[in-house]
Amino acid sequence: MKQNRLMLIITLGLALLALNGCKPKGPAGVTTGDAASKVYVAPGQYDEFYNFVSGGFNGQMAVYGLPSGRLFRNIPVFSVNPESGYGYSEETKPMLNTSHGFVPWDDLHHPALSTTKGEHDGRWVFGNANNTPRVARISLATFRTEEIIELPNSGGNHSSPFITENTEYVVAGTRFSVPIGDKTDVPISSYKENFKGSISFIKVDPQTGRMNIAFQLRTPGFNYDLSRAGKGPSHGWFFFSCYNTEQAYTLLEVNASRNDKDFIMAVNWKKAEEYLAAGKGRKERARYAHNVYDEKTHTATSTMLDEVTVLDVMELPDIVYFIPCPKSPHGCDVDPTGEYIVGSGKLAAVMPVFSFGKIQTAIANKDYEGDFAGIPIIKYESALHGEVKKPGLGPLHTEFDANGNAYTSFFVSSEIVKWNVQSLQVLDRVPTYYSIGHLCVPGGPTAKPHGKYVIAYNKITKDRYLPTGPELTQSAQLYSIDGDKMQLLLDFPTIGEPHYAEALPASLIKDKSVKIYPIEQNEHPFAAKGEKMARVERKGNDVHVYMTAIRSHLTPDNIEGIRVGDNVYFHVTNLEQDWDVPHGFAIKGATNAEILIMPGETQTLLWKPLAAGVVPFYCTDFCSALHQEMQGYARVSPAGSNTPLKFSTGETASQK
Amino acid sequence: MLSALYVPLWQILMWAPQYPEGLEMKIWIDDISGDVKIISALNHYIGMKHIEVSMFPEFGYMKYIVMALVGFGLLTALVNRRWILVALVVLITATGIAALVDFYLWGYDYGHNLDPTAPIVVPGMAYQPPLIGTKQLLNFTAFSGPDIGGWIFLAIGLALYAVLALEIFKFGKQK
Repeated sequence: MKQNRLMLIITLGLALLALNGCKPKGPAGVTTGDAASKVYVAPGQYDEFYNFVSGGFNGQMAVYGLPSGRLFRNIPVFSVNPESGYGYSEETKPMLNTSHGFVPWDDLHHPALSTTKGEHDGRWVFGNANNTPRVARISLATFRTEEIIELPNSGGNHSSPFITENTEYVVAGTRFSVPIGDKTDVPISSYKENFKGSISFIKVDPQTGRMNIAFQLRTPGFNYDLSRAGKGPSHGWFFFSCYNTEQAYTLLEVNASRNDKDFIMAVNWKKAEEYLAAGKGRKERARYAHNVYDEKTHTATSTMLDEVTVLDVMELPDIVYFIPCPKSPHGCDVDPTGEYIVGSGKLAAVMPVFSFGKIQTAIANKDYEGDFAGIPIIKYESALHGEVKKPGLGPLHTEFDANGNAYTSFFVSSEIVKWNVQSLQVLDRVPTYYSIGHLCVPGGPTAKPHGKYVIAYNKITKDRYLPTGPELTQSAQLYSIDGDKMQLLLDFPTIGEPHYAEALPASLIKDKSVKIYPIEQNEHPFAAKGEKMARVERKGNDVHVYMTAIRSHLTPDNIEGIRVGDNVYFHVTNLEQDWDVPHGFAIKGATNAEILIMPGETQTLLWKPLAAGVVPFYCTDFCSALHQEMQGYARVSPAGSNTPLKFSTGETASQK
Repeated sequence: MLSALYVPLWQILMWAPQYPEGLEMKIWIDDISGDVKIISALNHYIGMKHIEVSMFPEFGYMKYIVMALVGFGLLTALVNRRWILVALVVLITATGIAALVDFYLWGYDYGHNLDPTAPIVVPGMAYQPPLIGTKQLLNFTAFSGPDIGGWIFLAIGLALYAVLALEIFKFGKQK
């Protein structure tokens, strides 16, 4: 009897254990023992790579060091930055001018480092404004935004900026197709008839980097997602992923996911250039801003342009071909040899790899399966090198190393999968924490990848860091790719929302980093290139203060004769010519921001006093031991009063 | 056994790379609880139906079945005859099996009857949750098994079998 009872208890116990044993364990993050030493950059030592990471909805671009993951700088590009005065100072306001007026924000998704012969050259990094379509160029000598060009006829600048082998062109494809031209007030339901795509080819001056829209391709109406230029044998071509070939205009998550295959669009831009040279381009009216920052005058100018040259690919044959690609392709990445193009269907079970050589043969043989809006569709099998089978769930983007391997990010299965481009065999996979979006191998999109690491930019962080309320930090993860197995080395937090990122060896740019702006080259019209030139001038209601800043005083620091209703322009010139001695300027009650002025630079803060009184101003950047002494007063008298205009530094009166 | 009216009977647990903390769905005698909204929101991508109480007509009468079983149990105690004990054991076993079959059928329908216009359609793929145990469904690992109430039922069932066994072992064919 007792035995029976015992049996019963044991049986029950076993049943319980067996069932609970079925519960899987959650994934646990593990790094191996030597990870710390691989990412440790000792104090005073430099990182090996610069990592330029898009800030997404913060409209900025962040600069990190690799392998340490340390944040060095956040470059304001499309968003105002009150901490430096970008977008607030009189000099930088024009940078954010558009055909819609001043736009203080945007969504920066993709950095693109300039290349020569397909390799990083360390001159510029470009970035896209996703919302109000623009492309920016940032100098890698000053880490400042030097130029922004707006893109007319674009409905959202997502497939941008992607650059040709020698940075001849930066291309920018529209995400949304929109009605273009004279007839734009049309029913949304007339999408198929009236909506068109637009791909801008921005020519880049090889010396100055100056951008201008050489031509735009008018393309069929659907969504253009991402892009890569050909290189090596495929130089002269561009590849774009296209989705919503269903031409849906509502509930796209369902209606744009119907077609079994969408397209990779192959663009023969050399052919487009031929048409352009033959005068086949159509001049169309358009309105777009072109903003340039001049390093000598320390001032941006915004020019409104009114014309763009259009090549219609539905009328001009041989520019564009479609290649079927499964299920709403996102990434469209070209391998270092330029021969293979990887399409990543977000919802597809396989990843096709297309061969440039086969595409050329198919075009020569007219191996088409039909057309879309008159544009030939190459047969899938004829363009295909092969498919990566069962790679993972939700493929997004692919980067490459120098050894013929590809690294693809998988959002849904939250992993990076390494596979061989030739054999299409999956070689390794590592989890990411969690739901990776873009990824970056240093030099990964170039003809000569630098390798060593792959960095995951994740969309979900959850439990990876100490919680900070509902809004959590964004994050990146660094993996070593030196061995056969990828190895997680480091988690590091990022700001904004990181989308794409690029990395290049620090040696390519660190020695040409600008330390100061030579004061003798300062051509700012309101510069005071010495304290003797510091002064205050009134022109009607405008008061111009030519102010200098040097450790540890502002000149002038006593100003009288300002009246309520005046526009007071503080043109502050930093007279320092010493490394790392910026000054700042702020005045009480200013409704815009402060300004930071680098050595040798002039920046202007506009202040509109609203009430009579004596108003303090001071230097905001801790510049010296006597930084707290670097201050002054502005006296404001009522409107119409005749307090004489006076300014001084160091003058004292005998007090009664 | 009455306590089964007040505790969850069954649980479905799910883990995914981006859900390390897991998602859970508890099935009660007349309700479902847990991360049902989150699960439904995720499942809509693959065309699964929104999980709602109204999907389960069983919730309307399950508690009466349990109460009837409880009543029959009490009756068994009163009557105190082996034949009624056998009847009770058979009844409870049948109810348990019926419940599992019912759950399987629901799971089959839920996992196979997919919206053809769903954004993600993986050819040949169905998402039927496991009846008992663990199954990989795309990026999710799903576990299904009894919860407290289910365990109580199981324990009672096994206990009744034990009592029956004892009855036969102790008293043999005396009666």
